[in-house]
Amino acid sequence: MDKEKMNMAYSKFVENRLPKTKFFPSLLWAFLVGGLICCIGQGIFDSIGAIFPSLEDKVVQSYTLIIIIFLASFLTGIGVYDRIGNFAGAGSIVPISGFSNSVASPALEFKREGVIFGVCVKMFTIAGPVIVTGISASILVGIIYYIIGLF
Amino acid sequence: MLKKVGEHTIKFTMPPKIINGYAIVGPKEGESPLAKYFDYILKNDTFNEKSYELAERKMLEQAIFGATDKANMLSTDIDILLSGDLLNQIISSSFSARQLQTSFIGLFGACSTMTESLAVGACLIDGEFADTVACATSSHFSTAERQFRYPLELGCQRPPTSQWTVTGAGCSILSREGKGHNITHATFGKVIDFGINDMNNMGAAMAPAAADTLCNLFKDTGTSAQDYDLIVTGDLGKLGSELLIDLMEHHGYKLGNNYCDCGQMMFSSSQNTFMGGSGCGCSASVINSYILAKLDSGEYKKVILMSTGALLSTTSSQQGETIPGIAHAIVVEKGK
Repeated sequence: MDKEKMNMAYSKFVENRLPKTKFFPSLLWAFLVGGLICCIGQGIFDSIGAIFPSLEDKVVQSYTLIIIIFLASFLTGIGVYDRIGNFAGAGSIVPISGFSNSVASPALEFKREGVIFGVCVKMFTIAGPVIVTGISASILVGIIYYIIGLF
Repeated sequence: MLKKVGEHTIKFTMPPKIINGYAIVGPKEGESPLAKYFDYILKNDTFNEKSYELAERKMLEQAIFGATDKANMLSTDIDILLSGDLLNQIISSSFSARQLQTSFIGLFGACSTMTESLAVGACLIDGEFADTVACATSSHFSTAERQFRYPLELGCQRPPTSQWTVTGAGCSILSREGKGHNITHATFGKVIDFGINDMNNMGAAMAPAAADTLCNLFKDTGTSAQDYDLIVTGDLGKLGSELLIDLMEHHGYKLGNNYCDCGQMMFSSSQNTFMGGSGCGCSASVINSYILAKLDSGEYKKVILMSTGALLSTTSSQQGETIPGIAHAIVVEKGK
């Protein structure tokens, strides 16, 4: 009990001295970079639509995503994306480019351990939880949707 | 005759000598304010090897061979190599020892390994079990990142309490004979846990252990902070050092201008390492370059070296365990 109290007191003591993340600059950079990535996406979408007017919007969307994913992986490979992430934070993590970075970076990191046990096993160490949550949520929503459809 | 004084401290009757030190660091550390003191600065952080693990091993080997070279010795003149590092199963150390024809004792004290090995080495020499002992340790930013944190290229932000693992290695040669600085006392630390569980705030986890060891050393030897020209901790970082100063004041000891931290000295504030450097290589490279040089020049006559370690693993952290800390201290006096 005594030990617990002491630990609590120490944690409080430490907490009071913790350096704080600079709130406003972090938000601003995240907003600007995140917004810029979205603008680039919209730009690609509009360009493809203008060059191939016969394509359906859904198809153009897929092409746009593929291009953004490629660009982010490429920037990860040449060591630029982590620098962007350094100051942009969630601004470059939340868009699909962040997802691409989270798959490409462990794949790069663990290539020394071989294709199977390195790249293949480690590729989803960071993106894995996101995928699992995404799939679980969609199953759940699917079931609810189905049940509502019965009535 | 018992060499123990007080509860936790050893007083050496024939103080072993640090006759030489060698420090090798990575390119980022090569831009630090201490750069001119290091023996070798890497041009690239892979050291022309295929992996970072191989690079770390090569650095450690170079540190050991460099130190023996400086002392005009062959590696076979060393009776025992004491070494440890941060990687799982301390592979850097044992794989480096593979290159040497000497007895090897692997140590694990996380980032406290430098003074741990010096203290153990001093015991071996004063106990007349060895003539010459090499104490070495290493760490590498990229091997530590991949083992403890995230892939290098992942675009995430480092929290403001985080520290930067130093890419570096250091080796000291201890000897019974010869010219060098005397290790007069050693205090082995206790494992102390004050319930900090934030992997990104190692300074706070280690500060209580550092305070405990330092208090024990002062109490056992009947000295206080003013009796030393320099008291240097391993890698508490900015926050950890402030906490240590406060904790020591709480125990009735005032650390003044003679206190500093290797982690804080290693990087300048423009290098964006937040709280400063960490890792085995941090205290190893600073002690074996800067501090030995200042002892050589006579600027310091009596110093306390205390590396600090956070004894966590990725498994213990993921299972929500708190982070135990440890610190080992030695007292070094300038030799004649």
